Amino acid sequence: MSEVLVLVEHADGDVKKVTFELLTLARSLGEPAAVAIGDVSDDLVASLTAGGADTVYVAAGPEFGQHVVAPKVSALQSALAASSASGVLVPATAEGKEIAARLAVRTGSGLITDAVGVSAGFVAEQSVFGGSTLVQSAVTTGTPIIAVRPNSVAAEANAGAGRRVDLDVTITDADRAAKVTERVAQEKAGRPELTEAAIVVSGGRGVGSPEGFAVVESLADALGAAVGASRAATDAGWYPHQFQVGQTGKTVSPQLYIANGISGAIQHRAGMQTSKTIVAVNKDAEAPIFDLVDFGVVGDLHVVLPQLTDEVTRRKG
Amino acid sequence: MKIVVCVKQVPDSWAEKKLNPADNTLDRDAADAVVNELDEYAIEEALQIQERMGGSDECPVTVLTVGPDKAIESVRKGLQMGANDGVHVVDDALHGSDALATSAVLAAAIDRLAPDLVLMGSESTDARMSVVPAMLAERTGRPQLTFAGKVDIADGVITVQRATDYGYDVVEAALPALVSVVEKINEPRYPSFKGIMAAKKKPVETLTLADLGVEPTAVGLSGAWSSVQEFAARPPRAAGTVVTDEGDGGTKAAEFLAAEKFI
Ligand SMILES: Cc1cc2nc3c(=O)[nH]c(=O)nc-3n(C[C@H](O)[C@H](O)[C@H](O)COP(=O)(O)OP(=O)(O)OC[C@H]3O[C@@H](n4cnc5c(N)ncnc54)[C@H](O)[C@@H]3O)c2cc1C
Ligand SMILES: Nc1ncnc2c1ncn2[C@@H]1O[C@H](COP(=O)(O)O)[C@@H](O)[C@H]1O
Repeated sequence: MSEVLVLVEHADGDVKKVTFELLTLARSLGEPAAVAIGDVSDDLVASLTAGGADTVYVAAGPEFGQHVVAPKVSALQSALAASSASGVLVPATAEGKEIAARLAVRTGSGLITDAVGVSAGFVAEQSVFGGSTLVQSAVTTGTPIIAVRPNSVAAEANAGAGRRVDLDVTITDADRAAKVTERVAQEKAGRPELTEAAIVVSGGRGVGSPEGFAVVESLADALGAAVGASRAATDAGWYPHQFQVGQTGKTVSPQLYIANGISGAIQHRAGMQTSKTIVAVNKDAEAPIFDLVDFGVVGDLHVVLPQLTDEVTRRKG
Repeated sequence: MKIVVCVKQVPDSWAEKKLNPADNTLDRDAADAVVNELDEYAIEEALQIQERMGGSDECPVTVLTVGPDKAIESVRKGLQMGANDGVHVVDDALHGSDALATSAVLAAAIDRLAPDLVLMGSESTDARMSVVPAMLAERTGRPQLTFAGKVDIADGVITVQRATDYGYDVVEAALPALVSVVEKINEPRYPSFKGIMAAKKKPVETLTLADLGVEPTAVGLSGAWSSVQEFAARPPRAAGTVVTDEGDGGTKAAEFLAAEKFI
């Protein structure tokens, strides 16, 4: 059986959840082989092995993160050359898709992005047009490169052989063209990342003010969730732009999405419609968001959310 | 300094989109067409850079699109906003092109126009792939400065704030370079009446694949490296339960979450 490469997403020494999901998916398509780039510790390799990697290709070194995207493309390309893999899976995050895009150009391979599933023969399922249409696509040229959305499959812990292969990657001058000179963190600490989170609690114009987001954040923290926002809320400056969910923001596909004071415009739905379970709180019974929900409460979020948060905290003990 | 802005014509995002059952491509006639919203931010950024650089003579702005006849409307929109001229690559062979093919055509056009700066949107509202800018950077060998929320240029060095999950990275490169923008970068202007009148006289060059030396077989549906095999409307979600808050709405929501094992 041939190898299926999985681009590892990791930060601060921890493997991101989406990587384990992709390793699980790779197991159904071939032999899972992780490609870990950058700051790769033995612990990281061990955790990839526990997560199902039969092989861990390692391109270690600080330089991979010091330039935009291109050095990582070179690393993934050398893993591809070393493995003769039958396909490559990357997380459908902003950077994952850019790496995939450049790899596709370099290797003359077809690319499919934003898959929500991949079946035998690398047939990718995509949910398009705000979730109204399901499309099955396949790559017809080269090695299939597929960017898969986080939360598309449930990760199963099924340890792999974990053979480590260190790659000798040549980073070219062209790879070094765009230099990262500084990293500025604005993320509110302590919450899961928006695109990865199993639960997302979002607020929209109905939240009313920046301070109003406190009730949204409290519920999120009680549930261990990430916080999202509609464009109306980010445009008003009530919540930072990088938390925007929707067509021009992040696409999320969590197990549970709770929309608060969000009307459910098509551009917002485009970013959350593939969530498994959807709950909404809105004071307008006619709001289109209620067409999507599994459970909805018609009411004032400033009343309903604190009660819900207390109840969640109480039940969690 | 010379700037080229890549704009794409897309179906209006308010309209319902459909795939054409004949060849599984987007049914572009079924919806009104507009300029991809993020591309307006790219045009605005180009115009602001032009103003800082001393105007049209010092820093001409060209709007470039690859698309059917109708796509010239998007070029016009850019000219109305204030860009100086346009280039429209149009060819029957282009129908059904994927991102890889589109980026190859754009690359050929960019090589020919040889600007110091290429500006793009970071995502199109129809394809939603966010891959063309990275592909174009790869193909043209330009530094990739994508997802920019702020752009500064001084002494041939361009610096951007690249949006990330945690905030942003400060990224630096030498010109010539390629930048894609996110929407918080600026507020696009509306064309003025004067701008609309002036746009009518601005030149738009039409190029074919042959003009660019791109093989027709490398693009379009036949040249695509991936293909849609089938599609189906997603089954509608089963109607959910909606309750009206009568002092117990939060409790009822908690009961639902507990029943679904979220708590
Ligand atoms: C090209 C384009 C791209 C876009 N991209 C995005 C995107 O990425 N993401 C996005 O979200 N939008 C996007 N939009 C904007 C989108 O069309 C909507 O304008 C936006 O989603 C509305 O946000 P909202 O639901 O918070 O606000 P509104 O539509 O104003 O809805 C607010 C809701 O809150 C309810 N409400 C008010 N007060 C309370 C209260 N006290 N308690 C409970 N409910 C209350 C109201 O009943 C109402 O339903 C885009 C638009 C365009 C044209
Ligand atoms: N056909 C096209 N003509 C010109 N520019 C395009 C075209 N397709 C994509 N682009 C540019 O690439 C960006 C990202 O598009 P996409 O990768 O399709 O999400 C857009 O915002 C445009 O700037």
